[in-house]
Amino acid sequence: MGLTLTWLSVIILIPLGALFLKTSELSLDQFWGIVTSRRTLNALKISFGLSFAAACVNLVMGTIIVWALVRYRFPGRRLFDAIVDIPFALPTAVAGVALTQLFAQKGWLGAPLAELGIKVAFTPIGIFIAMIFIGIPFVVRTVQPVLIDLDPEIEEAAASLGANRWHTVFRVILPSLIPALLTGFALAFARAIGEYGSVIFIAGNLPNVSEIAPLLVVIRLSEFRYADATAIAVVMLVASFLIIFLINRLQRWAQARIPVH
Amino acid sequence: MAIEVKNIVKRFGSFAALDNVDLKVADGELLALLGPSGSGKTTLLRIIAGLDWPDSGEVAIDGENALSRGASERQVGFVFQHYALFRHMTVFENVAFGLRVQPRAIRKDEATIRARVKNLLDLVQLDWLANRYPSQLSGGQRQRIALARALAIEPRILLLDEPFGALDAKVRKELRQWLRSLHNEIHVTSIFVTHDQEEALEVANRVVVMDKGKIEQIGSPGEVYDNPATAFVHGFIGESIVLPVDVAGDAVRLDGRPLNIPALGAASGAAKLFVRRHDMAVGPAGTGALEGAIRHVRSFGPIQRAEVALAGSEGRTVIEIDAPRDRELQAGEIVSLQPRRYRIFAAQE
Amino acid sequence: MSMQTGLATSTTQLRTYAPATDVSVAAPAPRLEIARAEPVTAHRNPRTEPGPIRFIIIALAIAFLSVFVVLPLVVVFASAFSKGVVAYFAALAEPEALAAIKLTLLVAAISVTLNLVFGVVAAWAISKFEFAGKTFLITLIDLPFSVSPVISGLVFVLLFGAQGYFGSWLQAHNVHILFAVPGIALATIFVTFPFVARALIPLMQEQGTQEEEAAISLGASGLQTFFRVTLPNIKWGLLYGVLLCNARAMGEFGAVSVVSGHIRGETNTMPLLVEILYNEYQFVASFAIASLLAMLALITLVAKTILERRLDEAEVPDGD
Repeated sequence: MGLTLTWLSVIILIPLGALFLKTSELSLDQFWGIVTSRRTLNALKISFGLSFAAACVNLVMGTIIVWALVRYRFPGRRLFDAIVDIPFALPTAVAGVALTQLFAQKGWLGAPLAELGIKVAFTPIGIFIAMIFIGIPFVVRTVQPVLIDLDPEIEEAAASLGANRWHTVFRVILPSLIPALLTGFALAFARAIGEYGSVIFIAGNLPNVSEIAPLLVVIRLSEFRYADATAIAVVMLVASFLIIFLINRLQRWAQARIPVH
Repeated sequence: MAIEVKNIVKRFGSFAALDNVDLKVADGELLALLGPSGSGKTTLLRIIAGLDWPDSGEVAIDGENALSRGASERQVGFVFQHYALFRHMTVFENVAFGLRVQPRAIRKDEATIRARVKNLLDLVQLDWLANRYPSQLSGGQRQRIALARALAIEPRILLLDEPFGALDAKVRKELRQWLRSLHNEIHVTSIFVTHDQEEALEVANRVVVMDKGKIEQIGSPGEVYDNPATAFVHGFIGESIVLPVDVAGDAVRLDGRPLNIPALGAASGAAKLFVRRHDMAVGPAGTGALEGAIRHVRSFGPIQRAEVALAGSEGRTVIEIDAPRDRELQAGEIVSLQPRRYRIFAAQE
Repeated sequence: MSMQTGLATSTTQLRTYAPATDVSVAAPAPRLEIARAEPVTAHRNPRTEPGPIRFIIIALAIAFLSVFVVLPLVVVFASAFSKGVVAYFAALAEPEALAAIKLTLLVAAISVTLNLVFGVVAAWAISKFEFAGKTFLITLIDLPFSVSPVISGLVFVLLFGAQGYFGSWLQAHNVHILFAVPGIALATIFVTFPFVARALIPLMQEQGTQEEEAAISLGASGLQTFFRVTLPNIKWGLLYGVLLCNARAMGEFGAVSVVSGHIRGETNTMPLLVEILYNEYQFVASFAIASLLAMLALITLVAKTILERRLDEAEVPDGD
């Protein structure tokens, strides 16, 4: 027991403590100056904005994928079910180079898109795509068990009360999934904000345009501007904690109304 | 509204859930579908509701073919075994749901909907719970809300699947009486499914006994209890003593010994003798059809329940009889037993 | 879904196990006509959508997963073998590649071993004992999951870097942590810490303490109880945690990238080498290494699927 706590402190508490200790060395003005500098602000905007947009896409597509996997039988269903986990399992650097290769000007998808005048690799769209890639399992794996466990009787009840399928899906089923949907959304969002490996290859990394916050942290570190790196890291960290905190509150709120029985 | 079910067959793989079922329900009836699990009663109920489809056969509600319509178009109120309340909606919204999803052309305005929901909540005596969520209700309250919700659509018929199955014994008794009186009040044709004979006999004005996808008997509670049509019904409803006998002509034998009771027209061959516990008269040794030694007596209320080891069976056949307490029976006493009422059914196979 | 055809004693059971609609069975187009001719066959399951909508949803799901998940995976292998099998194996036989593979295996071995031991102990402490600060401990274990890998690396730079809190002391004693194997191992341990503990906590909580109490009442010592009662009960969950921990340890990029220093042939793990080679336009070499990591991911997924099935089976006797 004591050993566990010691180990945890050595491996987790002390490092994180160092982060906040470093931040506390900064004056509020210094901190504010770093965080609101144009390049930092833009990097944070890009990270948060695109992460949010990607999480929205994941929310919609994730729901569609879950519906297809849970409700329908089609050839290859089990395979596609397993495939959903690939973004979890694939090392981020591998995902990064693969997505870049795929969407580069001469890539399998990049070439046809270039013909349409759409450039994906080395633009913010590339960041967006990579964030969609890494976020999709979060929505699917959070919502899937809830849809599987959903009592078939509530749909039959809706039908027997005269509801058409549209009403049943949008007024009964989807509202029951809301806590899971929001949790999946938040997890995908938080993951995309912190994501580094799968994004930096395809991002282009142009300051103020396609430079994500985690990359800026790395750049500041390589410039030995530890204070800058730390300040940006703290902003990201606090944001992810807020998201996680919101998820927990949300789940508690949902559970108070919808107990497991 | 009257319901007519004709030649319904429903199979799940090789398992016949319903095997050529015919049933007519008159307007305003309160009918019980009674049977063990797997007897097909719930499947029949779901087919009438449009939640399942038969492989062949017909269902008519008020003379109108129901099978051409989906569940949402049949206007059939269905109360689910586990209530199936919408957990994300308040009690009020649950009851209002059926009114809110009506086609725009016939949808009522908000004030009418509110008034109707309030009336229904009054009817089930739960208006004070309108703003609660289902998870905050007790089982009995959920059941009544589920009923109010089903009634909101002014159903042509009301179907209830094991309506009291998930409740504890005390609440169950209260709700039974309540359902009866509610039916007397609103008089909508109702069918409920149950595996509990007491529930069926107490609540319904007609009972349909089902087994293995077939209807065994349809009748009033008195009829199915006093005049069971088949061995299954005799065994399933009420407690019965069952003895394997042989019928030859009008003679009935148990273990080769004649019983001196008429065969009541039962066919010759292996058969089963059914006697209710309280229909076995106890007399002094040598005066009845059967003889045995009393092994154990328990007295409670108006009866004494005795375990009797039948003579000639080397003590292996033990039956339980209920005797009035006019004469106290003693353990070890040798008595004779005479069936006052009994039925003999040919043994299957 | 094999239940669907099996004999079931009650219709309720049948219904619960058959939630899905078979697309191939319900041909949507001629249905309305049949419905008019013979009403009985107008099977309208109230729990499914019209055929065309089903088709669109399935098509969307398959298309999305194919483009966003399958294609990138295919690209890895296609690019790795784009110059032929010989070039592929030549790339893997480069000293730099071999050094990276070795380092990756070493780091994974260190971090998996340590996290295995401490993950079990942490899970055991959390699930079998009540103590103050338990919730805090659980949050702490989860933390590395919710922190950006870059930040995970950063914290170690802040501690052990030249300007870090222990930097000057380390330099004075000639101890190398940052830009060396210990730093890489530490960062990897940090990001992979939660896997083992997270896999075990729910399992151990569910199993409760009765069996352990029984063993102790029968005279077993604490260690005997652990090795003879606790461990056999959690072996599949443990394997599951180790599997995921190992996959992440070998594949970690962000955190390791920050602390590694990218010294060629010395502190480059496989994911880092993928980056370097890719940025040097050595695509075949880069994707050859990437293909090894992708294989690892695929094997992990298959093993995970098998283990999940085992874990589900293990639960059956208790449930229902």
